[in-house]
Amino acid sequence: MKRLMIVDDSMVIRRRISRAHGLDAYEVVGTAEDGANAIELARETLPDMITIDLTMPNMDGTEAIPVLASICPNARILVVSALSDKATAIGALASGAHGFLCKPFTDEELKSALNELAED
Amino acid sequence: MSKSKEQDTIEVFIDSVSHFYQQMGLAEMEIGVPYLLDSNQPIVSDFTGIIGISGRHRGCVYYTCPKAMLSYILIALGEKDVGPEHLGDLVGEIANTLAGNARKTFGSDFMISVPVVLQGEPDKVSLPKNTRCVVIPTKWKYYQSIIVVALE
Repeated sequence: MKRLMIVDDSMVIRRRISRAHGLDAYEVVGTAEDGANAIELARETLPDMITIDLTMPNMDGTEAIPVLASICPNARILVVSALSDKATAIGALASGAHGFLCKPFTDEELKSALNELAED
Repeated sequence: MSKSKEQDTIEVFIDSVSHFYQQMGLAEMEIGVPYLLDSNQPIVSDFTGIIGISGRHRGCVYYTCPKAMLSYILIALGEKDVGPEHLGDLVGEIANTLAGNARKTFGSDFMISVPVVLQGEPDKVSLPKNTRCVVIPTKWKYYQSIIVVALE
C-alpha cells in the first residue's frame, strides 16, 4: 500500500481526496493545510506519494515542492491546482513535481493521475 | 477594459463555471444574461468567496451562493458535515477554482490571491471604483448563484 500525504488549504478538498473512490491502494498518512506544515509532516511520515495545491497561505506549493522533494526523494508529487495555465504546470514540474491535475477533478481523474505516477 | 475584452472575459468565466458545475454533476445548470453592477452596491448571497486579482489585470472576482446549494454540492462531494465552516471553505474553493481556471486563457500573469470568505456581510465586499463590474448569474434547480468579475 502506498503512503499518501495530502496538502491543500481547503479542508473540503483534503477530505475529498482522502475519501475518493477507488483509492484503496493508498493509505493517507497525513494531511496539511500549507507548505510549512507539509514539510514538518513529510519529515515525520516519509510518504510515497504527495498531492499538493499551489495557492496556499504561509508557504505555497511552489516553495514547498523542492523542499518536499529533498526530504522524500523517492516520493511522487502530484500537483492538484486550479491554476490551469501551461507555464504554471511546467514550473511545477521543473521544481520537482511529477504530475499535474487541474481542479475541478473527478474521483476517476484523481485515481488515474495517482496510479500513473505510482506506476512510473 | 474595452467592450470586446470584457466580452472575452465574460466568456472565460462562463466556460469556467460551466466546467465546474459539470464536474460536480450539476448538469441542469443554466447561465443567465450577464449584466453590470453598481460597484457601490455589491450583491451577496449566504456565502461569498472573494479572490483578489493582480498582475496584468487588477481587481477581484467573487462567487456568492445560497447555503442550500453549497450544502448540496458538499453532499455530492461525499461530505457529511454541512456546517458553516465547511460551507465557507467550499465557497472559497469554488471562487479559487473559477479564478484559477481563467489562467488557461489569461496566462500566469493573472495572479490570484487565496480566498477571503464572507457569510452575508455585503458591506465587507469592496469592489474597485471606476471599474465595470460584470455579474454572471447562474441557476441550478431553484438556487441562484452569481459570479462577479470586477477587473480594470
